[in-house]
Amino acid sequence: MSALLEVRGVSRFFGGLAALSDVSFSLEQGEILGLIGPNGAGKTTMFNCVNGFYPPSRGEVFFKGERISGLKPYQICQRGMARTFQVVRPLQRMSTLDNVVASAFLRAKSRHAAVEKAEEILKFTNLWEVRDMLSKGLPLGLRKRLEIARALATEPELLLLDEACAGLNPSELDESIAIIRRIKERGITIMIIEHHMKVIMSISDRIVVLNYGQKLAEGTPEQISRNPQVIEAYLGEGE
Amino acid sequence: MQRYAPLAVAALLALVPFLGLSSYLMHIFILVIMWAIIGMAWNLLGGFTGLVSFGHAAFFGLGAYCAAIVYHHFAWSGWWGLPLSVVVVALFSLVMGFVVLRLRGPYFNLSTLAIGEVLRVTAQNLDKLTQGDLGILLSQRTWTEKQNYYWVVLLLALGTYYAVKALVGSRRGYYFVAIREDQDAAESLGINTTLNKTISLTVSGVLTGIAGAFYFNYMGYIDPKVVFDLPGISILAIMIVMVGGAATLTGPLVGSVIMVLLAEWVRSIPKLGAAHMSVFGVLLILMIIFLPNGLVGDFGKIRKLFRRKEAA
Amino acid sequence: MPKLEVFLQTLIQGFLLGGLYALIGLGMALIMGVMKIINLAHGQLMMIAMYMAFWLFTLGHVDPYVSVLLAVPAMFGIGVAIQKWLINPLQRVDSIMPQNQIILTVGIGMVLTNLATLFFSGDYRSTPVSYATKAWYLSDFWKTSPLELSVSYKELVSFLVAAAITAALWFFLQKTDTGKSIRATAQDKDAALLMGVNVERMRVVTFGLGTALVGAAGCLFIPAYYLFPDLGGQFTTIAFVVTIIGGLGSTTGAIFGGLILAVFESFTATYVGMGWATVGRFVIFVAVLIFLPGGVYSLIRSKKLGK
Repeated sequence: MSALLEVRGVSRFFGGLAALSDVSFSLEQGEILGLIGPNGAGKTTMFNCVNGFYPPSRGEVFFKGERISGLKPYQICQRGMARTFQVVRPLQRMSTLDNVVASAFLRAKSRHAAVEKAEEILKFTNLWEVRDMLSKGLPLGLRKRLEIARALATEPELLLLDEACAGLNPSELDESIAIIRRIKERGITIMIIEHHMKVIMSISDRIVVLNYGQKLAEGTPEQISRNPQVIEAYLGEGE
Repeated sequence: MQRYAPLAVAALLALVPFLGLSSYLMHIFILVIMWAIIGMAWNLLGGFTGLVSFGHAAFFGLGAYCAAIVYHHFAWSGWWGLPLSVVVVALFSLVMGFVVLRLRGPYFNLSTLAIGEVLRVTAQNLDKLTQGDLGILLSQRTWTEKQNYYWVVLLLALGTYYAVKALVGSRRGYYFVAIREDQDAAESLGINTTLNKTISLTVSGVLTGIAGAFYFNYMGYIDPKVVFDLPGISILAIMIVMVGGAATLTGPLVGSVIMVLLAEWVRSIPKLGAAHMSVFGVLLILMIIFLPNGLVGDFGKIRKLFRRKEAA
Repeated sequence: MPKLEVFLQTLIQGFLLGGLYALIGLGMALIMGVMKIINLAHGQLMMIAMYMAFWLFTLGHVDPYVSVLLAVPAMFGIGVAIQKWLINPLQRVDSIMPQNQIILTVGIGMVLTNLATLFFSGDYRSTPVSYATKAWYLSDFWKTSPLELSVSYKELVSFLVAAAITAALWFFLQKTDTGKSIRATAQDKDAALLMGVNVERMRVVTFGLGTALVGAAGCLFIPAYYLFPDLGGQFTTIAFVVTIIGGLGSTTGAIFGGLILAVFESFTATYVGMGWATVGRFVIFVAVLIFLPGGVYSLIRSKKLGK
C-alpha cells in the first residue's frame, strides 16, 4: 500500500523562528496517526502546512502521490482532505444542519442531495436532535462534533482532527472516541492532534512525536510510551 | 401561496400609474423602486457575503456614465447604456475584485470607499470624456410622462429580486453566508472563496450599474458629484439595507420605502430641510445602537417592545 | 537650475505638510490601535476644531497657534463624550455586519458636517493672521545661492508645533503610567485587564486623546488653508490613508505615513496637476494595500526580527 500522505523534510519559518524543522513522516491508508508533543511543538503548524493554510517554507507534502504543498485549502479539500480546527469555527448564524449542508455542497450535485448527505452525517455524529439550532447556541462538546460533521460532509479520504477532544467531559470524550472509531470503520484515514494521552494511546495505530518543531520519535503507542526522550520531553507536563 | 406573493405585489404596483397620481408622487415611487434595486444589490454583497462596501456609488456612477457617454459621444439612445453597463461594470468588478477582495475587514471597507472616491475625482478630471463637473445633459427624454419609466424600473426591480433570490437559495447562497461567517473555515471546507467573493461582487455591481444607467435616462442629467456621491449614494445604500434588515430578501424593499420617504419628508419641512443629512446621521446612529439588524431583522425585538407596553 | 528648484521646493512643501498629516494620522492610529475602531468621523472632528479656532480668532483675536491650548482640552472632552455615549453602547450589540462601528462613526461624521453647514454656512473661512505672507527665502541666508527656495512662516511654525506635539506624545506614551497603560491595552486588552489596567478608562482617554490630537492639527492647519464644512471628509480620507501607509494602529508608522503621503501629494500636484492630488492619494492607498498591506510598520518590524 503506497502512502496516502507523505510529509518530506517540511520546515516552516515565521520571521526568524523555526516552528517546524525538517519533519518527515508518512501516513498509510486506513490508519489513525496521532501527532503529539508539548505545547508549541508545532503540531497545528504542521496541520496548517498540510492543509494548505500556508505553504511549507521548505520541503514538500504529497497526497495520494500528488504534490499538494502550495495549493490552497479549498483545492486540497477538493482532493479529499478535510480538517477541523483547534478553536472551533462554526458558521455561527447558520443552523447546525446548514453548517453541514454548506460543506456537503462540495460533492453534492443539487441542493436536495446536499441536504440528504448532511442529514445522514448529522445522524452519524449524533447531532440530529440539534439540527435546527443556531450553531452559535451549541455547547462546546456539540460544537466540536459539528466540526467533525462538517469535515465528514466533504467526503474526505483523510481527516485531520485538531484537538477534537480538548475541553470535553468524560462522557463527551467517550462519545467522541466512538465517533472517531466509526469514522475509521468507514475507511477514512485520520491524523489526530491530541493532548489527552489516554485518547491518543487507545485509538492511534501509530504516533509521531514533535518537540520544538522537530520530529522526536515515531512508532506504535507502546514504543512511544517507553521512549525515554519522549518521557523527558513531557516531564513536568500535566496529563 | 407565498411563492406568488412577489408577483402579486408587482402586479399591484404595476397598476399604480392608473391611479392618476401627481408627477411628483410618481417620481417618489420611481425613486423608491430604484433604490430597492440598489439596496438588494448591496445586500447581496454586504448582508449575505459579509463584504460591506462603502463605495457602491462607483458602480452606480459607472453605469450612469455608460449611458451618458454612449448618448453624448455616439448619439445613440441612452437606453443602450443598460446592456453596455452590464459589460463595463462586470469588467470593472473583476479588476476591482482582483485588487480589493484579498483584503480583510476594515482594509476591504476602506478600499471600497477609496474606489468610489477615485472614480468620482477621475470623472471630474477627465472632462474630455465626461464633461467633468458640467455633467451630461439628455436633451430629449424618451417619454414625457412618468409611467413608462415607472414600468421599466418596476421590471428591473422584479428581475433583481428574482436574481438575488435564486442566487441566495442556491449553493452560492450557502457559500456566500459561509464566507461571511468564517472565511477560513469555509476555505477549508472546499469553498473557493476567491471565486465566490468575485461572483458576489460582480453581480452586486452589475445590478447597481443597471440602476445607474436607468437613472441617467430617467433624470436626464448627471454629474460626478451626484452619481458618485459618498453620502448620497454609497452611504444611503448601506442605510437602506441596515434600516430594512441585512441578509433578508425583503429588508431592502422596506428600507427603501422608509429612507426615500423620510428623505422627502425631511426636505419638505421648512426649517429642517437643509438638515436632512443630520437627521439621517442621527437615524443611522440610533439604528446601529438599537436595531442593528434592521426592521425586518430585529422584528422580534420590536414586537417584544410593543407587547411589553400592552402588558403594562 | 529651475528644475532642481521646483523639485526641492516641492519636497520641502510636502515635508512640512507631512508634519500636519502625521499629526492627523497619529490620532487615528492611536484610536485604532487601542480600540480597534476606525473612526471615519476623524476629519470632521478636525473641522470642528478648526471652526473653534476660527471663531476664537474672529471674535477673540486669539492667534490660532494659541488656540491649540484652548481647543485641545475642548476636543478631548468631545472625544470622551462620543466614546462614552455613542461608541461604548455599541460594544454590547451583536449584529450581522461587524462593520457597525465604522458605520456609526460615518453617521457621526455626517451629523457634524451637516451641523457645521447649518450653523456656520458653507462659506469659505480663513484666519488672516498678521504674519500670513511672511516667509523665509534661502537667498536671505545664503547670498550666493544658486537656487531660490522659500519656506512660509505659517507652514514652518505649524510643522514645528506638530513636531513638538508628536514628541510630547511619544514622551507621554513611553514614560508616563497612563501612556504605558494605553500601550498595554493596545497590545493585549485582556492581559492589560489582568494586570490591573482600567481598560474602560483607557479607551475613553484614548479616544479623547486621539480627538485632541486631530483638534490640534486643525488649529495648526487653519492659518494656511481655507475652512469649509466639507473639509472634514477630505481629512478623514487623509487620516486613514496615512494610517494604512503607516500600518493600522501604529503610531510610529503614522509619522512616516504622514510624511510619505504629503510628499507624494506634493509631487503629484506639481508634476501631474492640482486636481489630481486627490487621485494620487488614492493611488498610493491602493498601491500600499496591494504591495505592502502591513504598511511601513511591517517593514520596521521585520527589520527588528532580523529577517
